[in-house]
Amino acid sequence: MPKVDAHDLEPVAGNGLLSRRVFLTTGVAGMALLRALPIAAQQNVPAWMRAPGAPLRPYGERSPREATVQRIVGSMPGTDGSGSSRTPLEFLEGMITPNSLHFERNHSGVPDIPPEQHRLLIHGLVRQPLTFDLAALSRYPLISRIHFVECSGNSAPLYAAQPAPGGAGALHGLVSCAEWTGVPLSTLLDEAGVRPDGKWVLAEGADAAAMSRSIPLEKALDDALIAIYQNGERLRPENGYPMRLLLPGWEGNTNVKWLRRLKVTADPVMTKDETSKYTDSMPGGKAMQFTFPMGVKSVITSPSGGLKMQGAGLYQISGIAWSGAGRIRRVDVSADGGKTWAPAALSGPVLPKALTRFRLPWQWNGGAAVLMSRAVDETGAVQPTRGAFIAARGASHRYHCNAIQSWAVLPAGEVRNVYA
Amino acid sequence: MSMRRAATLTATLFVLAISAAAQTPATRDVRPRTTSSRPSPPKGPALGVPASAAEIEAMDVSIGPDGAGLPPGSGTPKQGASVYAVKCAACHGAEGVSGINDRLAGGQGTLSSAAPVKTIGSYWPYATTVFDFVRRAMPYPAPHSLTDADAYAVTAYLLHLNGIIGPDDVMDATSLPKVKMPNRDGFIPAITRGK
Repeated sequence: MPKVDAHDLEPVAGNGLLSRRVFLTTGVAGMALLRALPIAAQQNVPAWMRAPGAPLRPYGERSPREATVQRIVGSMPGTDGSGSSRTPLEFLEGMITPNSLHFERNHSGVPDIPPEQHRLLIHGLVRQPLTFDLAALSRYPLISRIHFVECSGNSAPLYAAQPAPGGAGALHGLVSCAEWTGVPLSTLLDEAGVRPDGKWVLAEGADAAAMSRSIPLEKALDDALIAIYQNGERLRPENGYPMRLLLPGWEGNTNVKWLRRLKVTADPVMTKDETSKYTDSMPGGKAMQFTFPMGVKSVITSPSGGLKMQGAGLYQISGIAWSGAGRIRRVDVSADGGKTWAPAALSGPVLPKALTRFRLPWQWNGGAAVLMSRAVDETGAVQPTRGAFIAARGASHRYHCNAIQSWAVLPAGEVRNVYA
Repeated sequence: MSMRRAATLTATLFVLAISAAAQTPATRDVRPRTTSSRPSPPKGPALGVPASAAEIEAMDVSIGPDGAGLPPGSGTPKQGASVYAVKCAACHGAEGVSGINDRLAGGQGTLSSAAPVKTIGSYWPYATTVFDFVRRAMPYPAPHSLTDADAYAVTAYLLHLNGIIGPDDVMDATSLPKVKMPNRDGFIPAITRGK
């Protein structure tokens, strides 16, 4: 069994950050060190080993002992279906979000759509308007891609003048990551035959809001998918069953769920959700429009707000990073409020426009600490500090916040959102 | 700058660079591959079913800023006031203010302040969007329950509440696209051309 090199346990940055090589090279020994909890010698055979367990079942459920891990639900006044439910990031690991915990952002509830009655219409500036049903799409050459989807309103609490209470999920849980399987939109547009004057595509959902967005044709022909599977199963109703648009790396609202219509147009339709909403107010009063890609971003999910430290000692800092522009190149972590930084280990595969898990060992001395993470993507874009972000965008920007999150670890073991 | 004029200025999709600093916030250059470099899309089994004109007409509810798609019918603010009182006021307040959900009136002149009030009158760039959204999604508990005339009337009422049209102005497929919204020039498109 490999031994932990004493050199690796020496700090690489302030306030107890250790080399990521503790995880990269020491393998089992390193993990054993981290889990050096007393193991109670079990003298007696436990009850669950003395009789056969539960019967086989046709559809699985998680352990009832994990039932407290729930999405964080918030709806508009007077409705129970318009609003969002956020992924509880602080209770999850790895890069894939379980389908039952993928975030929701709905504008008028989740429609119950019989797939045999649902059609996707492609029309407008095309040679031949066409409709497709789920059975037809299922016969097309399918491709699978792992991508995050992030609401452009994610992390908006960081615009507040004072730090909001809440954990990683409550503050940043409008991002999730899944393997999406579907038909390249370019294949369907090619079949309909886009006319030379077609420059935009209006995408419309079959929900009660008929939520709609105008998408540049360039994106529709690039990496857009009509997704029909999510992590191997048919889409969940709240994620667009039976079919949704997937625009990798672009603000969640454009990934239109329950997709029923694509209209090729010369210009944007200027729908409610691309004018009155999802536009970014700048200092001076003007607003940026059609700001589609999500910026480079990361957040530490453990330790994070609402979790409690279990006494001084060796911990694993763990978090997620992502960028709408491509792959994550590196993530730096600070335990002293940004004075010193050390590179975290990235858990592969590091995929473009997907969540990337990062980890770094940390020797907590039991004193006050401020944990931060800063992501860099393959284009060289660097996640900004909150101060720099607010200075550039103003506090009324509302969307596309990718500022660095700071978690204060208090000597008593509490962890909370702070501005540092 | 109109979308069309912007389109003539550049042949490639581009995103305005907001900041050249190293710590660049979300929006940045996402210049994609050029059309010529894109490989041909994967070929499918060509299972698309030709759509009839009637089928398209039944589904195509979107209204462009030039008014394309607006249906026959008309309405005035006075007619819209009674529809609004019954169908809208419960969530949006008696006169588009102080409801439990989105405020619809007032706020003009606040966009550059520390607390901008975004309403139809202060923020929305196109009057056609009001009609489009009312007809497709409102009232929240019963979308598609208004007649086209009711949707014109409610739209007219909301425009009047914001001081944009007079109490007897008729909104229809011809007049609605001509309404100049106060914040029509308040937006900077990050992408000025779709392709």
